[in-house]
Amino acid sequence: MQKYLLKRFFLMFPTLLGVAVVTFFLIRVIPGDVVELRLAGDRGSVSEELLKSERAKFGLDQPIWRQFITWTAGAARLDFGTSMWTGSPIWQEIRLRFALSFQVALMATIVAVVLAIPLGVLAALKQDSWVDYAVRIFSIAGLATPSFWLGIVFILALLIIFRWVPPMVYTPFWVNPWQNLVQLIWPALAVGYRYSAVATRMTRSAMLEVLREDYIRTARAKGLAQKLVLTRHALKNAMLPVLTVIAIEFAFLIGGLVVTEQVFNLNGVGLLFVQAVAHRDYTLIQALVMLVAGIFILMNFLMDIMYAWLDPRIRYR
Amino acid sequence: MGLRGLRIFALLAALTVFAGFGSVDPAAAQDKPRLGGELVFVVPSEPPSYDAHAEETFGVIHPMAPHYNTLVRVDPFDKTGTKPVPDLAESWIISKDGMTYTFKLHRGVKFHDGSEMTSKDVKASYDKIIFPPAGVKSLRKEAYRVVEVVEAPDPYTVRFRLKWPESSLLLNLASPWNWIYKADILAKDMHWYEKNVMGTGAFTFVEHVKGSHWVGKKNPNYWDKGKPYLDGYRAIFISSSSAQVAAIRGERAFIQFRGFSPPERDSLVQALGPKITVQESPWDCLNFVSMHHEKKPFNDKRVRRALSLALDRYEGSKSLSKITLVRDVGGVQVPGTPYATPPAELEKLAGYGHDINAARAEARKLLKEAGAEGLSFTFKNRGIPHPYEPVGIWLIDQWRQIGVTVKQEFIEASAYHPMLKRGDFEVAMDFQCGFIVEPDLDLARFVTNSDANYGKHTDKMIDDLYQKQSRATDPEERKKYLRAFEKRILDEEAHVIYTIQWHRIIPHNSKVKGWTITPSHYLNNQLDTVWLAE
Amino acid sequence: MRDFTRRRTLGAVGAAVVVLMLLIAVSAALIAPYDPVTVDFGAMLARPDAKHWLGTDAFGRDVLSRLIFGSQTALLVGFGAAVMGAVLGTILGVGSAYFGGKVDLYLQRLMDVFLSFPLIILALALVAILGNSIPNLIVAITVPMIPRCALVIRSSALAIREMPYVDAARAAGFGHTRIILRHMLPNVVAPFLIMITAFLGQAILAEASLSFLGLGVQEPTAAWGLMLRGAAVDFAETAPWMAIFPGLAISLAVFAFNLFGDSLRDALDPKLRTL
Repeated sequence: MQKYLLKRFFLMFPTLLGVAVVTFFLIRVIPGDVVELRLAGDRGSVSEELLKSERAKFGLDQPIWRQFITWTAGAARLDFGTSMWTGSPIWQEIRLRFALSFQVALMATIVAVVLAIPLGVLAALKQDSWVDYAVRIFSIAGLATPSFWLGIVFILALLIIFRWVPPMVYTPFWVNPWQNLVQLIWPALAVGYRYSAVATRMTRSAMLEVLREDYIRTARAKGLAQKLVLTRHALKNAMLPVLTVIAIEFAFLIGGLVVTEQVFNLNGVGLLFVQAVAHRDYTLIQALVMLVAGIFILMNFLMDIMYAWLDPRIRYR
Repeated sequence: MGLRGLRIFALLAALTVFAGFGSVDPAAAQDKPRLGGELVFVVPSEPPSYDAHAEETFGVIHPMAPHYNTLVRVDPFDKTGTKPVPDLAESWIISKDGMTYTFKLHRGVKFHDGSEMTSKDVKASYDKIIFPPAGVKSLRKEAYRVVEVVEAPDPYTVRFRLKWPESSLLLNLASPWNWIYKADILAKDMHWYEKNVMGTGAFTFVEHVKGSHWVGKKNPNYWDKGKPYLDGYRAIFISSSSAQVAAIRGERAFIQFRGFSPPERDSLVQALGPKITVQESPWDCLNFVSMHHEKKPFNDKRVRRALSLALDRYEGSKSLSKITLVRDVGGVQVPGTPYATPPAELEKLAGYGHDINAARAEARKLLKEAGAEGLSFTFKNRGIPHPYEPVGIWLIDQWRQIGVTVKQEFIEASAYHPMLKRGDFEVAMDFQCGFIVEPDLDLARFVTNSDANYGKHTDKMIDDLYQKQSRATDPEERKKYLRAFEKRILDEEAHVIYTIQWHRIIPHNSKVKGWTITPSHYLNNQLDTVWLAE
Repeated sequence: MRDFTRRRTLGAVGAAVVVLMLLIAVSAALIAPYDPVTVDFGAMLARPDAKHWLGTDAFGRDVLSRLIFGSQTALLVGFGAAVMGAVLGTILGVGSAYFGGKVDLYLQRLMDVFLSFPLIILALALVAILGNSIPNLIVAITVPMIPRCALVIRSSALAIREMPYVDAARAAGFGHTRIILRHMLPNVVAPFLIMITAFLGQAILAEASLSFLGLGVQEPTAAWGLMLRGAAVDFAETAPWMAIFPGLAISLAVFAFNLFGDSLRDALDPKLRTL
């Protein structure tokens, strides 16, 4: 098992490197570059020499492979450099936004887990009853509703009913917990609905699968009380795939909430991403992609550990 | 120095040169400014760097202008935003031949670090703007081609010597971008101001939290005694326009200085009633259509004219002004400003008449003559909701009515200028946006050799008329040349097709006093005259 | 038995809505009461009434007609992206499983790379590079689907790869193409179909999000996501019909595709998990 986990651990690095390569070249293929945009902006007449000297300042005049090596050497030391748009260190640009996105993702996860696990288990136990039906429709609807549209409807309803408007700036939790929670609960709910739909469906099907397994049937035949069987055996084994989707969705939420962030006026990682692409801020885009992909890859690795630890049935290939 | 002879004060500013602004302030005429309070306002963009000489987004001006002064400024209470008044200069003299501008500076002006501001600071700042050393970027170098040299003969005198007379120079020196920096700092590091703040303005810098807000507090030693009225201000960066509206509506912010759309204004007025005051003004920004003169059939002026004749500008103005930020129909200058086209003359231009059926019949006839019946092309527009998208939809519908089929392609906002520059279009939405309404500044782009002549027209007559109006010292004479320029570019040759003037709408909290709208969202953001009512 | 009918009922409802949508899309020009792109300022922002059942937008265009024509865009992009994603994903998945070894290893790493790439970022970059048009939009939505499909197909195909008859066929000297076509592909038809139906809904959602962000379909073409952009948000309070109906249309369409897809999965391969 150790050998397996070690292998999984080392496989994270080629993936990260691959992400870095794809990002690095992809964004340089996009027409327009950061220097031209910064200098020419809206009115746009800048001398070629100025463009050249500014490009040289960022090392953009170097051959692309050399730029990549320089950047990778920095990234390996977790030094992502400075934003090409604002000139400030990357961590300064990202810090506050990341705190916000991380918290929304966390709260949405809580919403999702609280909804998904009881609903999924219930639906599985009462398979094909009206309860199952209702849960399935609820969750399919959750998958079908665009969360940005749900956000628009939420905001509209809150405005009309409670005269509530979203706050202007993000209040970190450690500054004012109450204000912070009030601000983030609505986006967390709008996102959490879709998220819980995914998790509910996974809980249900994983439970169904486990309930069909022999040892559960044996336990039932032995007359162990239904409740006990459920909690002891079935739920524990069914949790693995559920945990997996939760982990993956969580990683996705950190950078994937572009439209929801826009609707709720949250200055998060997703919006920063859109701005960074619009500015062609190469260093910032690279750092953000590495951050989001890194979280995703890390989550996958954690799941591998989890599987190895919890489910002895796994064959290690 | 014979040049010192005649004292001609600034074009229109003679009355206000020495006086404070109080006497001409319409708001202050009724109320006495109240001291105190923090002005919270929303900024839809964020400063990329802190050096206004090298930036051109209002995202720099709105949060940062209160830290600085300029040599001359635009009268903060003049709705047309075309009146130069003193800022750091208390008076000025223009030589008779119009070749030398001499400014007398206020005494006792202090930077926020306590050092005195003198002529060497003004000279160092303008040298940075007009004659930047290698590696230092200045976006407005070209606008001061006319300046030969900037001199500082004594600590309180600054002199600009010109290569030829140019009537727009004084207003150009009132540019909101030309903050006066400290010479000693620039001498040590020309890039220092990209990341730091050190000015003479009414407010000192407190903090900038990236992606969140910018804070300034009252400068207790401000040279203009009695000002500012506010204790401080807080600029909040919010990119989404609905969230900006929500901030005003929830009374969490008092104002947003760029502008809102008509539906946003209406919802604010409906929700807050008298708590909202709406100020509106024609905006010195305009979308026009550029046609690539090297591509067929747009090399034919009949085709270009037909496309302009198809537009029912007056109907369009009535309808579009309900949904997006355009309103007035005007010529080459913002309606209501000194060089604007009188309506009676405007009507005579092709596509500006009131009989749309006749105009469209003529358009069809012109297309037929040019052999371009059933013309179809792709119209490249910029992917920005207001007002590009609605104006684009309107244009396509208007052209459809003379039998022209148009496919619209939206170009992502940041790929848009490179597209125009490359000339990678047949017909494209172009735009013009100025910081002060001044023919020289607004029309320079239409000269044959201009970098921004994206449609690539070649027209000696346009170049000639542009130069004549620029050097004309008599306003009436200048008007004559401007009308001829306008007739040539919009009617006879139809090099470009003007759509409808942008319209700036600022619905703000009624507590905000001492602030007057102007045609530019770059102007009037020093906040020294602004105060908050109880 | 009773359970089975029930399960089918849900699927049947989904299928019925899907068929209805197809019919509407095909006959859009016949059934739409108005032209979807003609501007009529005289009727701007009209409330839903007998003339305009679902009201009009800021340009006086009939919302119902734009919804009807919008279904064409949704289905075109949905089917285009889902079929392309599933086909390419299947090719990669089967290839990876069949050849195994190094090929499998490298392909898997490549899939990992694309999987860990945030979807929206990939789409943003692709649209910025390729420009705005329906075919490019389909490509942008397809790319992130390929690795997800490839993973599922690969695990199904791996099981077949181990079957004795595949080895036998190899031993008999049959070419790779023949073995893949004869033996591997028929066995992944079920997961292939399931992936297509799962992708359909996702592609329609992705199209709506991208169009909403201004990265998708272009005005004045009718598209649901586009109808939610700009004026719909500006006028959300005074003219809510502009924002509500397109949102409902998107939800209903995706809902129907998912219902149908779920039943298809239950019927074909109940153990396969799709999201």
